[in-house]
Amino acid sequence: MIAIIDYGMGNLRSVQKGLERVGYSAVVTRDAAAIEGAAGVVLPGVGAFGACMENLQAYGLIDTVHRVIDRGTPFLGICLGMQLLFEESEEFGPVRGLGILRGRVVRFRDQPGRQVPHMGWNQVCKEQAVPHLEGIDDGAFVYFVHSYYVVPTDPALTATSTDYGQKFTSAIYRDNVFATQYHPEKSQAVGLKILKNFGRIVAASRASIPGQETPAKC
Amino acid sequence: MLARRIIPCLDVRDGRVVKGINFVGLRDAGDPVEVAQRYDEEGADELTFLDITASHERRNIILDVVARTAETVFMPLTVGGGVREVQDVRNLLNAGADKVSINTAAVQNPDFVRIAAEKFGSQCIVVAIDAKRVGRREAGDRSVDLSAPDSRLAPVSGLPSPVSAWEVFTHGGRNPTGLDAVEWAKRMESYGAGEILLTSMDRDGTKEGYDIELTRAIADAVRVPVIASGGVGTLEHIYQGLTAGGATAALAASIFHYREYTVRQCKEYLLERKVPVRL
Repeated sequence: MIAIIDYGMGNLRSVQKGLERVGYSAVVTRDAAAIEGAAGVVLPGVGAFGACMENLQAYGLIDTVHRVIDRGTPFLGICLGMQLLFEESEEFGPVRGLGILRGRVVRFRDQPGRQVPHMGWNQVCKEQAVPHLEGIDDGAFVYFVHSYYVVPTDPALTATSTDYGQKFTSAIYRDNVFATQYHPEKSQAVGLKILKNFGRIVAASRASIPGQETPAKC
Repeated sequence: MLARRIIPCLDVRDGRVVKGINFVGLRDAGDPVEVAQRYDEEGADELTFLDITASHERRNIILDVVARTAETVFMPLTVGGGVREVQDVRNLLNAGADKVSINTAAVQNPDFVRIAAEKFGSQCIVVAIDAKRVGRREAGDRSVDLSAPDSRLAPVSGLPSPVSAWEVFTHGGRNPTGLDAVEWAKRMESYGAGEILLTSMDRDGTKEGYDIELTRAIADAVRVPVIASGGVGTLEHIYQGLTAGGATAALAASIFHYREYTVRQCKEYLLERKVPVRL
């Protein structure tokens, strides 16, 4: 079972339905025990960085996120759920993030001809081979909607980059953590493929832990 | 490269897609979920549902339509029509909408846009502007001369000659507001609108093409994306809206609905003319 963390920020239903569509069941929950016991965890998020952190705090889920990532549980961050992993954001701030990854979240600067938010379908350029992106073509279009982007201290974290008047990190990958600035749950076939890859990684990880049940065939 | 977006629009009443001219002679045109699936297969970039359900009691039907659509179609979904309160926004987002479009309520209470943007984020707040040509105003003059005749055909030359003006209307184009459309768009951007859905009431339903001058005036005035709407009859109209009009997205209803063109044909046409689209 995959747990989608419900902290009152954003469209969680689409992530759940997307995972179900590709054959993996998911629950939307804010129950810390359920999240920690899940085989895979998704942290979505839409809205403002500070509000997201406040809600995570209010629901007592900050330690929970730290624990599932420390423990090696396959983890997928989406949009704000990616940005929150970093140390701080300049959105209405600086505001402190979870600090799991080193780096900052900054706003797209004013630039002639560039609209902010970056909204719509843009392309990903693969910067490294990542299992979550298996079967995704270089240059594939995915759906974005954001005004801020992450700048990882270690550029090697970048899994995909995207060009929007400048090159920015559009996905990161480290060990069990994969996170995207774009919305797989809104990216039609390409996005569903990413969700399916994540589901498969969750299933494989679960199978490799002794004493855990074998996942159902998907 | 960021692709220009093609957005089919579905008018929904009492849970069914309806078609008619200027909301007159509406006839049933199918199940919104099925129509949404067809547009999904054709490669639409987003979908917009415009809920024109008349009776207040039946308005919750749209929530079920949104929920069923979001279960099968994995692309951004905008819902407009009758969004008046924070609870309306919340209900639609919870049902699976990604954005809500606010029109009349923004005019009646501009702070509603600010509150909704603060609460849910600008990215999900679209302000819909229905604009009608009201003649011309002097450059720099913020007032609109409502008595001026329609001067659509008059040439536009450089400043300080008169420039065109458009007035914001509500209630499907019936009620004038006295607001200048360009100033209104800027104000709504400053209140937190993440996108402007701009409909020319002069062109809506005419198949004569978008009001390019209007689209360009708004697109130049704001930094958020502008969706051109109202008047598409050919693929060239869409091309014009995305190039001369400066819109980042093109919304159309009837040409897709009546299968005059598929979304894919539209995108192939644009790609041949070097407009970046996602195929």
